[in-house]
Amino acid sequence: MKPIEPTDVQRVIDGFANKDIYLHLETTNGAYATHNNEDFFSAGAYIRNALVRYQHGKIIGDNPYRIGLKLDIGWIYAEGLNHYEVDEQGRLLTAGLDSTGKLAVALQISTKPFE
Amino acid sequence: MEKERQVLVIFPHPDDEAFGVSGTIALHIENNTPVTYICMTLGEMGRNLGNPPFATRESLPKIRKKELQDAADALGLTDLRMWGLRDKTVEFEDDDKLTEKISEAIQELNPSLIISFYPGYSVHPDHEACARAVVRAVGQIEETKRPKLNLVAFANNSIAEIGEPDILHDITAVEDKKIASIKAHRSQTESMVATWAEKMKNQDPTLLNAIRRERFWTYKF
Ligand SMILES: [Zn+2]
Repeated sequence: MKPIEPTDVQRVIDGFANKDIYLHLETTNGAYATHNNEDFFSAGAYIRNALVRYQHGKIIGDNPYRIGLKLDIGWIYAEGLNHYEVDEQGRLLTAGLDSTGKLAVALQISTKPFE
Repeated sequence: MEKERQVLVIFPHPDDEAFGVSGTIALHIENNTPVTYICMTLGEMGRNLGNPPFATRESLPKIRKKELQDAADALGLTDLRMWGLRDKTVEFEDDDKLTEKISEAIQELNPSLIISFYPGYSVHPDHEACARAVVRAVGQIEETKRPKLNLVAFANNSIAEIGEPDILHDITAVEDKKIASIKAHRSQTESMVATWAEKMKNQDPTLLNAIRRERFWTYKF
């Protein structure tokens, strides 16, 4: 993965619009957050291989970025994104890595189910 | 260290064995005791992707699978079994099915010692789910035929609530193998190992103690 280039990411997001896509969306503080700091309120969510279709999507912000996808009857968004890659299968992998390189959020789009 | 007939190690993540158990594994192997390591997931949800990142969410499992194999090789461990569950979902699996899967492995291998996590004191939800399933499976065995359970606890309240560990292994004799296997889990351990170089040179007693002494609690039903 490399630092996000918003124009390139926008181009890739546009390419998936109005198609059935599989979505991976995840936020995490890590399973050890409360172990390391008892006052820390740990929360996160995870969805893998949600089959959805979006009318349009947009990347916005100034590093870190936000990506929002407008569905016919709803929304998907993620914030804190700063790295991306279009992998060898043409999937869009975006992630938010903290200052130590640890993943905090991921949003990924593919036309085939993720393994 | 007692000579065992067969050792069975069960953990949910590649690298769960690295810091606290790999020396004990290597000692048993050097003692010609067969050791089987069941690793339930591939640590797909690991947050360390390298800094700068050399992995993605999607390539991480492949990388960690290779690292786990390399870590096993470093210890001379030949019976490594990957169950293919998914990281952070172990606690949501069907409890009875998970217990049954462990019971089958116990029946097949007939271990005299099982090493896993201590339920209630192992912090990560997958560790806890793995620990509960292991204790359930062993608990179903008739008391006189049960293998020993040596468990790893590292929750902050461990010693306050379950006391000091009753099993201590000095693994200095296989220290090099242990360090090699820790390093094999590169994606997860690289940044930590980088901080060791200076301490190693100065023979830092805290670090050497942490590496050389492996601690377990015997589980009592
Ligand atoms: Zn773990």
